[in-house]
Amino acid sequence: MPEQKIPLWEVFIRSRNGLAHKHVGSLHAADAAMALQAARDVYTRRGEGLSLWVVPSAAIVASDPADKDVLFEPTASKIYRHPTFYEVPDEVGHM
Amino acid sequence: MPTTSLSLSVTPLLAGILGLADDALILGHRLSEWCGHAPMLEEDIALANIALDCVGQARSFYAYAAEVAGEGLAEDDFAYRREAGQYRNCLLVEQPNGDFAGTIVRQVLFSAFIDPYYRALTASRDTTLAAIAAKAEKETAYHLRHSGEWLIRLGDGTEESHQRARTALDELWSYTGEMFEVDAAEAALIEAGTLPDPRSLRAEFDATIDHILREATLARPAGGWMQSGGRAGRHSEHLGFILADLQYLQRAHPGATW
Repeated sequence: MPEQKIPLWEVFIRSRNGLAHKHVGSLHAADAAMALQAARDVYTRRGEGLSLWVVPSAAIVASDPADKDVLFEPTASKIYRHPTFYEVPDEVGHM
Repeated sequence: MPTTSLSLSVTPLLAGILGLADDALILGHRLSEWCGHAPMLEEDIALANIALDCVGQARSFYAYAAEVAGEGLAEDDFAYRREAGQYRNCLLVEQPNGDFAGTIVRQVLFSAFIDPYYRALTASRDTTLAAIAAKAEKETAYHLRHSGEWLIRLGDGTEESHQRARTALDELWSYTGEMFEVDAAEAALIEAGTLPDPRSLRAEFDATIDHILREATLARPAGGWMQSGGRAGRHSEHLGFILADLQYLQRAHPGATW
């Protein structure tokens, strides 16, 4: 089977309970079941995860890099959105 | 480590352990031959993973064999200092990789046997064998799943992939009977509760194979005549070439490490 006919999949791993799945890379596989196996074989060889997601790359809707300024630049001047204006009492500890 | 071949007095227990160890080592070596040559990167890594699982299982069994044999032997002595006639692996695992379908069919046939075998071995009265089996069974369950899914796709894929899977299945089927053979020494170990009786696993093997072949739209070959002899050290010519590769370094440079 020529490689270009094998669909591309994006791989997400959840490394620990309570954490979110994180994108780790992509791979080629003929279908969902094989993609999940390939994800296990390629991306979890060193105990990286407890749960895997594979998503067809074609299903991902991405923002246009040309829209970067319109979408993201306006936030740069809104520093009040960062929660850095609070005094955290020592008693709270790590948060 | 000397270069000379081991001269062993093989007790029934040692023979049983070496059969399991040799199956795993020789299949692992065969699979490792795919490293860098598989049809796609994902499968290259998958086959290398399975190969490493097999070699790891072999190491555990050889380490136990060394303990049982005594005489200051170590796991490497069994891998590197026995000749083909002293190997006790079944003939199936030494068969050449062939094309990708051949490798997958060989893996399905072996995994469909060894996975339930290891599961049964976890109940062994021999606690070392039971512990090795408990670890190995999780690995072989995945090997069966992976190779089974591939065989379904090859059989139910294109005309060419179906034909290649069918040819491999017809060629390798005659090596399946040997996995269920029991000689007198093994019968005593089965009686003692050390090893499971492979004949009791035949129904599960048949059901697994039938399920995969049905999904793969492949016909199960007729029973017919079965190859035999590997467990008694009578191997195909392929094993000598495998051992030449595998043992060259230790035979030429005894005890070499890096």
